[in-house]
Amino acid sequence: MYAFDFDRPATLDAALAALQDEDAQALGGGQTLIPTLKQRLAQPSKLVSLTAIPELSGVRADDGALTIGAATTHAAVAEQAAGSYPALACLAAQIGDPAVRNRGTIGGSLANNDPSACYPAAALASGATIVTNARQIAADDYFQGMFATALDEGEIITEVRFPLPEKAAYMKFEQPASRFALVGVFVAKYPDGVRVAVTGASEEGVFRWTEAEAALSADFSPEAIAGLSVPSDDMIGDLHGTPDYRAHLVGVMTARAVRDAV
Amino acid sequence: MPKDHGIGAPSKRREDVRFLTGQGRYTDDINLHGQAHAVFVRSQVAHGRLNGVDTAAAAAMPGVIRVFTGADFEGVGGLPCGWQVTDRHGQPMQEPGHPVLAQGKVRHVGDPIAVVVAETLEQARDAAEAVEVDIEELEPVLDMKAALAEGAPKVHDDLTGNLCYDWGFVEENREAVNAAFQKAAHVTTLELVNQRLVPNAMEPRVAVGDYAPATGDSTLYTTSQNPHVIRLLMGAFVLGIPEHKLRVVAPDVGGGFGSKIFHYAEEAFCTFAAKQLRRPVKWTCTRSESFITDAHGRDHVTKIELALDAEGHFQALRTETYANMGAYLSTFAPSVPTWLHGTLMAGNYKTPLIYVNVKAVFTNTVPVDAYRGAGRPEATFQLERVIDKAAREMGMDPVDIRRKNFITEFPYATPVAVEYDTGDYHATMDKLAEIADLAGFEKRLADSKARGKLRGLGINSYIEACGIAPSHLVGQLGARAGLYESATVRVNATGGLVVMTGSHSHGQGHETSFAQVVADMIGIDENMVEIVHGDTANTPMGMGTYGSRSLAVGGSAMVRATEKIIAKAKKIAAHLMEAAPEDIELKDGAFTVAGTDKSVAWGDVTLAAYVPHNYPLEEIEPGLEETAFYDPNNFTYPAGAYSCEVEVDPDTGKVEICSFAAADDFGNIVNPMIVDGQVHGGLAQGIGQALLEGAAYDEYGQLLSGSYMDYAMPRAGDMPSFTVDHSCQTPCTHNPLGVKGCGEAGAIGSPPAVVNAVVDALQRSGHTNVTHIDMPLTPARVWAAMQG
Repeated sequence: MYAFDFDRPATLDAALAALQDEDAQALGGGQTLIPTLKQRLAQPSKLVSLTAIPELSGVRADDGALTIGAATTHAAVAEQAAGSYPALACLAAQIGDPAVRNRGTIGGSLANNDPSACYPAAALASGATIVTNARQIAADDYFQGMFATALDEGEIITEVRFPLPEKAAYMKFEQPASRFALVGVFVAKYPDGVRVAVTGASEEGVFRWTEAEAALSADFSPEAIAGLSVPSDDMIGDLHGTPDYRAHLVGVMTARAVRDAV
Repeated sequence: MPKDHGIGAPSKRREDVRFLTGQGRYTDDINLHGQAHAVFVRSQVAHGRLNGVDTAAAAAMPGVIRVFTGADFEGVGGLPCGWQVTDRHGQPMQEPGHPVLAQGKVRHVGDPIAVVVAETLEQARDAAEAVEVDIEELEPVLDMKAALAEGAPKVHDDLTGNLCYDWGFVEENREAVNAAFQKAAHVTTLELVNQRLVPNAMEPRVAVGDYAPATGDSTLYTTSQNPHVIRLLMGAFVLGIPEHKLRVVAPDVGGGFGSKIFHYAEEAFCTFAAKQLRRPVKWTCTRSESFITDAHGRDHVTKIELALDAEGHFQALRTETYANMGAYLSTFAPSVPTWLHGTLMAGNYKTPLIYVNVKAVFTNTVPVDAYRGAGRPEATFQLERVIDKAAREMGMDPVDIRRKNFITEFPYATPVAVEYDTGDYHATMDKLAEIADLAGFEKRLADSKARGKLRGLGINSYIEACGIAPSHLVGQLGARAGLYESATVRVNATGGLVVMTGSHSHGQGHETSFAQVVADMIGIDENMVEIVHGDTANTPMGMGTYGSRSLAVGGSAMVRATEKIIAKAKKIAAHLMEAAPEDIELKDGAFTVAGTDKSVAWGDVTLAAYVPHNYPLEEIEPGLEETAFYDPNNFTYPAGAYSCEVEVDPDTGKVEICSFAAADDFGNIVNPMIVDGQVHGGLAQGIGQALLEGAAYDEYGQLLSGSYMDYAMPRAGDMPSFTVDHSCQTPCTHNPLGVKGCGEAGAIGSPPAVVNAVVDALQRSGHTNVTHIDMPLTPARVWAAMQG
């Protein structure tokens, strides 16, 4: 990697100040950024670590929602959300391997918005609110395509609020090499309807499958979506699966998630 | 009860203490005083004319000592090829130059163009980015058949085309084979791909060159499976350093699987640069770099045809294979699709007529060479797949058709130039049926069906030629080297032994199993025997480790040297006990005089050899040290029967391996625990090939599967708990230990079992049009097969 300065502030204000520098870059758990730096594919002047800021870490449930600090690791979510939002805890427990789960953070994952990452599916299906130092962003407005989000330059995610569903489940079909989601589907049932979010499949990044949402809102059963399919036009095609295969898996994984929802 | 020591005992691997506690000493752990660091500038395009390399900016950067380009190597030799294949028409193969650094052209992504040597690694990396390379891109040649088409771009301008050789084996049988096909009752044809693999040893390659100006001695520390071979190739053909002025050390090596047999440009560069710069030069491969520089494996495209009579007896076999050589000929590349592949096409069967045609092709891809099994997995895969297909077409049971054609009498001379000394293929098939509970398959099939899964059973046999190799034979076949092995046994005054072997251990456990053999012969504790390997300065000239040869050939050399030791020790013992040497017996570490109670201990004799106060000096020399070279008079032929049961998810195409059983005949066994481990590792590699691994290039010659994000390595969770058995033992008839070798068997025998099982699962569930799926059997491919 190229040389850079390293800052590990203890407060959010200090972090925001540090990020004012030109080419400064926020660092969460570093599970994407550090490999990128090692490959010399990025050259930030400064890394500002967000992991020493106490208010950015932790999991708490209140008022029918689960609030997770942006710097909370996947391992912590897997453990601490198990009682209140088991589907989300289960998703966190399946990300990467133990080393990744003990470094990677929810804020880092959402800020990066990798099209094959798991958390975007949970956030979008839950209708989560992405809270930043400046504002609150609804998940429906936050995800703006592969690696693109509503975040402004220098804006930091502080926490994520997940409304707790009646039932939910995440089904991930792993890409054989990376073990990221080739297709991952998060289904969440709320009193006002069902939300279905799909990751890994689309050239546009995480998306909601509204046709399935309508069918499942009327009848929350795997049979309700039999015969429904997503068009393969925008699906990713690569070594690991054609657009048709991914479109097919969206249906399979959605049905399985519904069956598994608790 | 298993033995608790010596030959046959499951002794724990002594080397694991250092490997598992982080105390191994690998090449990257070697850091010499004053060492500089090398970073290679490599081609980012698959094919191009190299019009210029501007090093001025790089040379001016902080810490840069020197920037080398192809121009610095104009007076230096190229990397040699160790095997010359003669084609169907009696002509030698086309053999292109293989420069250390590119001269005039680049021929694959990763081809080395320049090297920056700097004080630190980061400085070298920074400066490498400042080297300006002027390349005029040329159309790459990637597909093998397209490479042979009229007017295809040439990888090497000075060759007549991209065909390395067109090999026919046995050429004289060609017409007879064709005639047999004309009158066959049934012909089964199968076209398949044995995909390109990236070896991915856990330890990437490393080279450290050193030079002593005062003596003129060069030393290379390198990640090699055969340091003497590297010394010979690099010294004699590339750098012109006589062997007595060149030392090559391969210390602990973290896996090779074939990829560390070959002599690579980086080794020659570091040795060369250390002498030029008068200081040590180190290069450590990154994982990304290893994907585009380590010789790849396999990459065959084959059409195989099997002719049968109405009862299912094999009448003739005919194959046509395109074998990818990549951009250059790696050290042993030409031998893999020919002598390590064509000679195995008889398999375990008495097919009377066989003709193998192989066209080796140059393309703008990473060179391809031996990878665990090397040619034999390719032979086994196509043969065992076409037999399965034939059985299905003829309505025969896949086990029955194999049994009907098994070779049962030994020695057996195949129509493809080798003679199997011994074997019992029915016995391993019987054993397989027992350990795999083949009789219980129908019940398991019903259980799977009840859970909505498609179950399939795949069975195959395999044979391999190991214990490579009789020098006189491989010499006739084009090898430019002998393939004997060596050992020096040095007994110390107090009775301990050091065995210096020409074999090399990079995970095989030689330090344990070799010690078991020598200790057993003398009747002493294994801990009295130390095994030394990997350094040309203190081991006799050896050919190294590959082709499951170390115990069969290296172990035999060690046995011969130990026999010499024992013979001499008996003479000393006879003198000490005032008896005739022929009356001396050695048992449990003590010499006795037959028929008497006279005895002297092993240690008394070894002490006498080095303190020869009372010693027959007029008859024998003091000291107790012997060397032996062993050249086998045949290959060894491990064989066995494998089965795999899978469940296919009908909704996703995902294959789960429910069970895998391997019944192997490795002849005699020295350490059954190590053999289990070797088989487990081989199976994991073979199953990895069948389900997961595959190198893929795009239309521009960029390696799409250039990292672990896209190249799927097998993991423990992908594997079932293996059932392995090696109780069927027909000892090798021509080496002193009766051993055959076990290192490659799993990787050779397992891919067809997996593919046979998946095809069986689909056939049983109504997908009767699916007769083959090319590896790797990813969920996407299996699902696609089910749709069509």
